Amino acid sequence: MKIENILATKGMQVHTILPDRTIKEAARLLLQYNIGALVVVDDTGRPVGILSERDIVHAAARTDAILAQKVSAVMTQHIITGTPHDDIRSVERTMTDKHIRHIPVMDQGQLVGIVSIGDVVKAQLEQYAGEVDTLQTQITQG
Amino acid sequence: MTQPGTESNPLRVAIIGSGPAAFYAADHLFKQNNLVIEVDMYDRLPTPFGLVRGGVAPDHQKIKSVTKVFDGIASNPRFRFFGNVEYGVHVTLDDLKDHYHQILYATGAQTDRRMGIPGEDLKGSHPATEFVAWYNGHPDFRNCQFDLSVESVAVVGVGNVAIDVARMLCLTPEELAETDTADYAQAALKNSRIKEVYVLGRRGPAQAAFTNPEIKEIGELAGADAFVRPEEAQLDELSRAEVDSSKDRTLVKKVEMLQELARRQPTGKARQLTIRFLVSPVELIGDESGRLVKMRLVKNALYKTDAGTLSPKATDHFEELPVGLVFRSVGYRGVPLPGVPFNDRWGVILNEKGRVIDPNTQQPIVGQYTSGWIKRGPSGVVGTNKPDSVETVMCMLEDLQKGSILNPAKPSWSDAEQWVKQRQPRYVSYADWQKLDQIELERGKAQGSPRVKFTRVEDMLAALGR
Repeated sequence: MKIENILATKGMQVHTILPDRTIKEAARLLLQYNIGALVVVDDTGRPVGILSERDIVHAAARTDAILAQKVSAVMTQHIITGTPHDDIRSVERTMTDKHIRHIPVMDQGQLVGIVSIGDVVKAQLEQYAGEVDTLQTQITQG
Repeated sequence: MTQPGTESNPLRVAIIGSGPAAFYAADHLFKQNNLVIEVDMYDRLPTPFGLVRGGVAPDHQKIKSVTKVFDGIASNPRFRFFGNVEYGVHVTLDDLKDHYHQILYATGAQTDRRMGIPGEDLKGSHPATEFVAWYNGHPDFRNCQFDLSVESVAVVGVGNVAIDVARMLCLTPEELAETDTADYAQAALKNSRIKEVYVLGRRGPAQAAFTNPEIKEIGELAGADAFVRPEEAQLDELSRAEVDSSKDRTLVKKVEMLQELARRQPTGKARQLTIRFLVSPVELIGDESGRLVKMRLVKNALYKTDAGTLSPKATDHFEELPVGLVFRSVGYRGVPLPGVPFNDRWGVILNEKGRVIDPNTQQPIVGQYTSGWIKRGPSGVVGTNKPDSVETVMCMLEDLQKGSILNPAKPSWSDAEQWVKQRQPRYVSYADWQKLDQIELERGKAQGSPRVKFTRVEDMLAALGR
């Protein structure tokens, strides 16, 4: 299974934020969309970082003035991106090995989605559930 | 008025399509003990089951046995099948909104992706889906022509469709007779002069999508020697590291099985089925009359993407492979339905977890849902559609709770039937289908095969006295 199969059921919208916005604005977006990370993009739409709940918690431990800080000061700059054709298995592995929970997905230079570790685990579980169901059906009906 | 879902006011659901995703959705709707739900399932063909009937290979009857589960779901008195009724032709979205509280699209991925290389439209180059639909007796494809008088065939892709096609091309007349391959296709395949079948994978043995049972099956064909080139069966360093660190026994076994095929010597069977790795077609080449005679392949090397996938990259080594027939199986896409938002990038209905999304507002459209391949794209096995459809049905039930459903003018079981009858007097019910099914099975019994399919809509209707 590939990343595109996950993105297919996630609509078209990718939730992004500009680097000069505040953490307060970012936190509101995370709450509004019930998500764990925002892709930080410049004004041309190019990803320049990722801002996760974890980044915010880490920053909050360092300073009380967290809410007024700029996204650019708190975000993770080094981002690992994926493509729609990446295998879900390898992405799961990369997320586990590198301790990352979100991977923005780029297609021909364009940001087309983001997958979370939750998405990846769900896709894997459904794949296994489907295989088990098919095997059971073959045993009981075949 | 009370919320639908009661004896006096049942929740009325229309499902478009009757493949696995459609049936699993109906099943989960019927499992809601506290709700009374009526399901009308529509299909443009008189026969149900989608790709289980028209896609799953005819020598895989065990996989097709899932239809018994579907029969069980269809036996619910609140289930109806309206076959031979096409969305967008006999019934429109506005009609459905008149009769149902919720509409679910489960129409599958009906077209194939193109390779995007020169020569793709030469005579002799076909989508694998057409061949699959043809040998499975799909009425729309029964008249397709494939030149089986050539000696060499290439199937592009290593998914299960590609493997099915390659295997079907290698079956002996005796093996074919035990399947429910359409009669005209059996006749054509029996006269096939094909000697070489190549399956072409862009990546290596460790990345192949086919399953271990499929490799085993290929290795045991009565009429074909299966083979892998020893140099292509060897893992490159990246793949070796991936396999070693994965601790995935199925994957280790897959590589071993493919390497075992590489050690085999020809035993003199009439055909040879060769699985090739790390090659991509770059051009199909024809003769003066526009007939395919060979293909140009580029050798690939693997590299690791940022996200960790081993992906193919073309090298500057090329080769030519003489082939008279090519079947491409490099991906599938859904076909847009009239009035339903489509996500062109992924070739699916625009959706979030199965709720159809309005592209302008990015919000769900009330009362419209999707499941199966038209929702997530082509992936998984038959059973994968179960969790997929359950997810969609959970959204439907959640929306029902919130009162976010359609407000049909005529939400009644009998009104819907009257209206369908008016639009398509020759609709086929589930009881009608069961008659057809019985006739097919009996015709099969007479000649020792699982079934002999009807392959013309007119023949089906005639058998029903229409």
